[in-house]
Amino acid sequence: MFYRENGQFKTSYKADQQIFPIAQDRWGVLLIVAFAFFAVPLLADEYMMRAILIPFLILSLAALGVNILVGYCGQISLGSGAFMAVGAYAAFNCWVRLEGIPLIAALLVGGFFATLVGIFFGIPSLRVKGLYLSVATLAAQFFCDWAFLRIKWFTNDSASGTASVANLTAFGFDVVTPLQKYIFCLSVLVVFGVLAKNLVRGAIGREWMAIRDMDVAAAVIGIRPMYAKLSAFAVSSFIVGVAGALWAFIYLGSWEPAAFSVDRSFQLLFMVILGGMGSIMGSFFGAAFIVILPIAINIVLPVIGSWVGVEVSTAALTHAEQIIFGALIVWFLIVEPHGLAKLWSVGKQKMRVWPFPH
Amino acid sequence: MKLRQLVLAASVVAAAASSALVSTAAYAQAKEQFFPVLPYRTGAYAPNGVPWANGYADYLKLINARDGGINGVKITFEECDTAYATDRGVECYERLKGKAQGGIFQPLSTGITFALTEKAPTDKNPLITGGYGRSESSDGGVFKWNFPLMGTYWSGADIIMQHLTKKENGNLKGKKIALVYHDSPYGKEPIPLLQERAKMQGYDLQLLPVTAPGVEQKATWLQVRQSRPDYVLLWGWGVMNSAALKEAVATGYPREKMYGVWWSAAEPDVKDVGEAAKGYSGLVATGPGGKVLEDIKKHVHDKKQGTGPADEVGTTLYNRGMVSAALAVEGVRAAQDRFGKGKVMNGDQIRWGLENLNMDDKALKKLGLDTVMKPLSTSCLDHEGSRTARVHTWDGKKWNYASDWIEADTTIIKPLVKQFADKYAAEKKLTRRTPADCQS
Repeated sequence: MFYRENGQFKTSYKADQQIFPIAQDRWGVLLIVAFAFFAVPLLADEYMMRAILIPFLILSLAALGVNILVGYCGQISLGSGAFMAVGAYAAFNCWVRLEGIPLIAALLVGGFFATLVGIFFGIPSLRVKGLYLSVATLAAQFFCDWAFLRIKWFTNDSASGTASVANLTAFGFDVVTPLQKYIFCLSVLVVFGVLAKNLVRGAIGREWMAIRDMDVAAAVIGIRPMYAKLSAFAVSSFIVGVAGALWAFIYLGSWEPAAFSVDRSFQLLFMVILGGMGSIMGSFFGAAFIVILPIAINIVLPVIGSWVGVEVSTAALTHAEQIIFGALIVWFLIVEPHGLAKLWSVGKQKMRVWPFPH
Repeated sequence: MKLRQLVLAASVVAAAASSALVSTAAYAQAKEQFFPVLPYRTGAYAPNGVPWANGYADYLKLINARDGGINGVKITFEECDTAYATDRGVECYERLKGKAQGGIFQPLSTGITFALTEKAPTDKNPLITGGYGRSESSDGGVFKWNFPLMGTYWSGADIIMQHLTKKENGNLKGKKIALVYHDSPYGKEPIPLLQERAKMQGYDLQLLPVTAPGVEQKATWLQVRQSRPDYVLLWGWGVMNSAALKEAVATGYPREKMYGVWWSAAEPDVKDVGEAAKGYSGLVATGPGGKVLEDIKKHVHDKKQGTGPADEVGTTLYNRGMVSAALAVEGVRAAQDRFGKGKVMNGDQIRWGLENLNMDDKALKKLGLDTVMKPLSTSCLDHEGSRTARVHTWDGKKWNYASDWIEADTTIIKPLVKQFADKYAAEKKLTRRTPADCQS
């Protein structure tokens, strides 16, 4: 009743092919974006911005990139942390070695080098599939960990092996305060979100999905597996690389290779699996689940404890956080193996037929 | 179906409630000085992080119980577990910093220190990194908000090298010295100083990184076995230390020739190795317990307020945590002396206090700390305060002091500090502080 397309007639191909053919969706997404741009800055305090929203936005972008590769093209990758690292260090080198380079350009250069590395480590995907491929992409992870730890040139010969940046500006605006950083990350995310949504709707996205669903059949109908797989690796690692550069530049400010360890790769993969494979929306759900939930548990538990008169110690709190978080992951996977995005679409369907479900 | 809806509804409510809690949690309290604490009681480094955190918390409790606070200002503190992870540490910092008008942060992690160094100046929160962090941050002219009190890694490396030089009768020429280090900013810190000294003294420095967390060290110790260095310096943390000692036993490298930094020579590191670690030496920056430990037992543990087990009181890392807390408390006290006794200090005022610490023998005696630490005094330009440590050796059951207090040689460290601090300032486009700024 609340959500149905009755009476919305498409009279042109353009209207039929738009991203959100249903008016409610269109307005809903516009409202969410407007809310994020205008209302959130008024509502959220500094802690929310710096510790929760900015990492959420950046990791959403990374999850979006991984989803293109894993969710749309079906190539399981454990090298995402490495591609983030390449993006971060390429952008950093660009930033310190080329005087006066704009921030956006540095980020895009980071994405470009991540693309190159991504294509290179995507080559095994032409021969191996599934779990074997994920092991092959682990090589990227270990190689990049090693390179950024041991090759001093990458960190601008810093004695301690850390890289750091400061005084960021973009388009003449400072990117220093939490609000500025938030708006900057949000803008980047919106641009990449629209681009990614359009890519997966287009011919190339359909090729990826065909390869994912059955690569032999896809090849038979004339889709070149090499082109499709490597283009998925390229697009995915570009987005992941930009996200890595943002993570380093905007969120951490000063970082070491441990920020992009294999844990990060697993985290991104879990975001995609939990959020929903092959769904742009799912990337956001997954990132929210993985980034926000543990912190929320960590903050809420002591408060609940104080209501019932129990003082939760620091160690017990962290352990409880991990137990509850792990249990929730298992629970969600059992209840909805297709991820949170599927729950969302089930909810939409319910709204559509309400109040007459039959 | 019902259950699913219920849980979904509950999670939505929880999310909403948590956001409401977060925003209401930020309030300033009157007459209470808030101390944010960033310990790690979980994760790979917890065995070493826990005693430190217990010492830290116990000392803060002691000040409240014994002295009634700092000149009457009660201390409140809250812990946020970082698990030694940089991103979680940053989140904890953001969470706790909103609870006061500036507080002293001590992350006990060089990685988190690097990240917070970029954030502290804008937020006006002093960072004490006692015995860790960036070595060049002892230059207060560039690093206004960092306080690597009681010695940096350069000081630590220098002290070990002085001890070795003395052992070799003043001549290290042609000796082979291997640095087995945690491959992270922490482990890499001493390298510039060791290289500088290698140039001066003519020894051969071999760098052997160990991938974090350091459980797997077979390849490293194979190299040690091949090159047979005269000494091995151990720059490990957590499980890496005991793993290194076990590997040394396995490869037959004499433990008497191994020297650890102050983070590699505490009880948790050798406890599991026991007798086999006999002869292993390392630095210690704190002395044996004295009056302050009796006070903690009397005022905190005997009243069942102790943070950890009572037998932990007086161990190396516990003492280190306790002294770290004492430094923070004294910083606030020094600030109160200037800006008003019995008032709550803000970040800027505490920074001034830390810059003007003067903990001489008399002051230490009054606090009961005279046997635990050496006198320390800071200035606007010297944020390190004191740079002394002594060597202690494990006899299979306990640590015994093997040297007197050794002071690091500033003639070697000072030029390095200047060079690296200037490089940092140039990268960040900072200018050195003026004498007028030092007064503020």
